[in-house]
Amino acid sequence: MALLTCENVALGYDSRVVLSGVSFEVNAGDYLCIVGENGSGKSTLMKTILGLQKPLDGVISFGDGLRQTEIGYLPQQTIVQKDFPATVREIVLSGCQARCGRRPFYSREEKRLATDNMERLNLSPIANRCYRELSGGQQQRVLLARALCATRKLLVLDEPVSGLDPRVTAEMYALIRRLNREDGITILMISHDIAAAIQEADHILHVGHELFFGTREAYLRSPSARRFLITEGGDAV
Amino acid sequence: MIETIQMYLQFPLVRYALIVGVLIALCSSLLGVTLVLKRFSFIGDGLSHVAFGAMAIAGILHLTNDMLFVMPATILCAVLLLRTGQHTKIKGDAAIAMISVGALAIGYLLLNLFTTSSNLSGDVCSTLFGSASILTLTQAEVWLCTILSVIVVIIFILFYNKIFAVTFDEDFARAAGTRVEAYNLLIAVVIAVIIVLAMNLVGSLLISALIIFPAMSAMRVFRSFRSVTICSAVLSVCCALTGILISIIAGTPVGSTIVAVDIGAFLVFCAISRVKRRSPGGG
Repeated sequence: MALLTCENVALGYDSRVVLSGVSFEVNAGDYLCIVGENGSGKSTLMKTILGLQKPLDGVISFGDGLRQTEIGYLPQQTIVQKDFPATVREIVLSGCQARCGRRPFYSREEKRLATDNMERLNLSPIANRCYRELSGGQQQRVLLARALCATRKLLVLDEPVSGLDPRVTAEMYALIRRLNREDGITILMISHDIAAAIQEADHILHVGHELFFGTREAYLRSPSARRFLITEGGDAV
Repeated sequence: MIETIQMYLQFPLVRYALIVGVLIALCSSLLGVTLVLKRFSFIGDGLSHVAFGAMAIAGILHLTNDMLFVMPATILCAVLLLRTGQHTKIKGDAAIAMISVGALAIGYLLLNLFTTSSNLSGDVCSTLFGSASILTLTQAEVWLCTILSVIVVIIFILFYNKIFAVTFDEDFARAAGTRVEAYNLLIAVVIAVIIVLAMNLVGSLLISALIIFPAMSAMRVFRSFRSVTICSAVLSVCCALTGILISIIAGTPVGSTIVAVDIGAFLVFCAISRVKRRSPGGG
């Protein structure tokens, strides 16, 4: 059974439909990129998958024993976080909040999980540094480690490289690729960088006026990709 | 000077004042960090004006214990403010400004229309800027204040990790199934309780200072959420003790003396953070 299935989903705010007729499925181990113009409903789709808002129509279902609260989410940074006094360890540990449930304090296993994930993303040397003093790339890795604490199976990444310089962007993509290929974590990434999406992902969901869902190869042959690539001035193909 | 303090400490009223002052300072500083970081500090300000309005109504109704009316009214407004901030078309900050200024105006108007007191402006002034009322607390009031403070501290410790999660990233918390709205509501209710308690100490206009200054000072120097919280609690208690003692000895108004000490501490912490940033390895 698929990890995540969307059937004929319609999305929007206050019954104003932004996007409708979205159907796709994500299997364990997939690397799916959601692309589309600004305002095409990518973020709305992601928020609906995460359960932050309800779909106006259609069904979103989870399989393979995945629950909606067990998705590892990497949101875009907020203004509040820019000046937040918290250490890397405190933030990564807060990824265990779904496991923790109603218990007031984190257990020893949860603390170990946080330590392991910091090690995995090479954050151990800066575990006690303050979040607001880190570089943009380090901050993203901290939030990624927090997302890994929340999930074993599925990561949802919202524009994970926005605001990063080219070198750090490449490192970030390499890190995500490693999590997908070596650790078998399913990736669902929102991106407006179509060239990188085609390079990194094995499945593409294109939202906007025309909907497309399929493998990377099929997408490259599709008319919507051609048009999008030309208007974006993309020359990566 | 120590002898003078010892002499004053023999009066139970002074001891009550110190106990209540310390408890209120502790409670108000705990949530200060969250309030500042969540951009909720204006809610504290708005609620204190609401508490003033409620106090005026309680005074007119000649309630024996005005806290029984002021507390529920302020909590109700806290809930309303939080909702308006999230859902309605009127922008959150504008709604808060409307409610707080409205409460202030209506409160003063009602006091003028119905008052029986011969010294109206004196009464208003002491409600706004704090008064000697902290030195005239009854034993029952001290108990009420102690119990509420203990409840606030226990709630804060039990929900510390959740409050951190909700403060740092609401969307992530919501995606992880944490009931963000419930915790926001809890925070707002606790703030309302703290504000009503703190009115005794510093008066309704100066409460925000008690909530914000220790948090801002601690954030200058410390770098983890835990150390910022602990530092702001310790700092707030020290400033309140110093302020109360100074005001007793020098005969200055309690509320504004405490706030002045808080401002002084803030300046000191600013200076420390400057020095730390310049020295290598610090920051």
